[in-house]
Amino acid sequence: MPVPILKQGPYLIASIQSALSDADLVQLRHAVVEQVGKFRSRGVIVDVTALDVMDSFACRTLRDIAHMIRLRGAQTVIVGIQPEVAFSMVQLGSTLEGVATALDLEEGLAWLDQRDMEPG
Amino acid sequence: MLLRELVAHLRENRTQLRQEWAQRIAEARLLTAMSNEEILAEATSVYDNYVEALETGTYEALQAYARNLSERIIPRGVETHEVVGIVLLLRDVLARSLFAKYQEDFAKLNRILDAYEPAANRIANTVAVGFVQERERVIREQQEAIRELSTPVLQVRERLLILPIIGVIDPLRARQLTEQLLRGIRTNRAKVVVIDITGVAAMDSHVANHLVQTVEASRLLGATVIVTGLSPEIAQTLVTIGVDLGKMNTVGDLQGGIEEAERLLGYRVTPNKEEKL
Amino acid sequence: MAEEVRVAVHSDVDIVVARQTGRKMAARLGFSPTDMTMIATAISELARNIVLYARKGEIIFTEAVDHERSGIVVVARDEGPGIQDVKQALLSGFSTSGSLGLGLPGVRRLMDEIQIDSQLKVGTVVTVKKWVQ
Repeated sequence: MPVPILKQGPYLIASIQSALSDADLVQLRHAVVEQVGKFRSRGVIVDVTALDVMDSFACRTLRDIAHMIRLRGAQTVIVGIQPEVAFSMVQLGSTLEGVATALDLEEGLAWLDQRDMEPG
Repeated sequence: MLLRELVAHLRENRTQLRQEWAQRIAEARLLTAMSNEEILAEATSVYDNYVEALETGTYEALQAYARNLSERIIPRGVETHEVVGIVLLLRDVLARSLFAKYQEDFAKLNRILDAYEPAANRIANTVAVGFVQERERVIREQQEAIRELSTPVLQVRERLLILPIIGVIDPLRARQLTEQLLRGIRTNRAKVVVIDITGVAAMDSHVANHLVQTVEASRLLGATVIVTGLSPEIAQTLVTIGVDLGKMNTVGDLQGGIEEAERLLGYRVTPNKEEKL
Repeated sequence: MAEEVRVAVHSDVDIVVARQTGRKMAARLGFSPTDMTMIATAISELARNIVLYARKGEIIFTEAVDHERSGIVVVARDEGPGIQDVKQALLSGFSTSGSLGLGLPGVRRLMDEIQIDSQLKVGTVVTVKKWVQ
């Protein structure tokens, strides 16, 4: 089941609905990078509220997404990490280093807006 | 067939048997935390539920009643031995009335008891277990409440949480602290958290690592953490041990930490109009 | 009395099945939500190792019994290439080392106990346990 990606102004919002297999995650990565290019989006929000587990593969994929998006001149924000998931991620050692995170969609958009306004 | 006769007998003699039971309870000095009126009222309910369970052979209603009863009497200080005691007394009172009624017919008495005893034992068990389970649940809740109380996450301003940590941090407490903080960040939509460790009893590499983990987990929820109360000496020691404090935003004292937090949040601290160039 | 649930692991789809199965059992055993997530995460890592390195294997869930406490036992077994140096695999620093490494230090932190039996060219059995607090 592909992840729905919505365009909201200069940003794209990818809302993960349920547990994703590895193949789904890879598909997401392709889709997001392609759409950023297509719409020349300035930012991407990946909403992981529905994920009850973020293992090392999921974290690596999200970091890859952020890295590739950055190569296209855009920012990525991961939002909606649940407290239990955040706790487990830290135990596991997957900290999404180098990737911006925010509490939820609202905060993610605010962060992107702020980045947009900052000079340079 | 016999069961119906048994139940009929118990219903017919309800008032008298219930009274006898209440008396036995008083004599045994049970339920001293309750008044006589209360005991009689509860006794009535228990008796009716007891007979109902005997009649239907199903115990769900009794279980529900036992839990309900426990919920009411536990705060009154009623203890397990009392609950077990009164149920057994009722069992005895009813058994005695059966002996009295069927004393002329030994064979019939035996058959009646064959029907009565297993059911009565099951009832005693159901009520006692229901009570104990409820008690254990209450104790667990109280322990949880105590733990939460000892680690308050305070909302001081909008989007700003303060977590003063005091005392000994064992792994269990450290974990509860982190979980509480993360839930607090989500509930309060905090963007900055000030963790004050001035009051932490013993700062070692374990506690420091828990702290680092808490900072990292908080970031995943979009919150920045400022750690205050970490003296330069302790910071130095931790770095020497190999704890990576690089990711931690540290400020000397709590007040300074709050000011830094407000600055991060964009609050204007009273501008210094006296700035001279 | 100790029921056993087995999940065959052949592809990445099975990874999700395995961790959801584990999560359900953990819920039944009375683990807290955070513990359930930790267990599910550990299972995900172990299942992925099977898929990546051994192509196929299975994960077996059972209830752990020990005096008064209850817990969960997760056994991940495969007939893959085996682990060269088990000690090393358990030691590699604090963070998962990218696409290399098996994530076992992380699994150990998520669970309470871990045991690894591995023979080169024969297979690997990773047993992890977690106890209800």
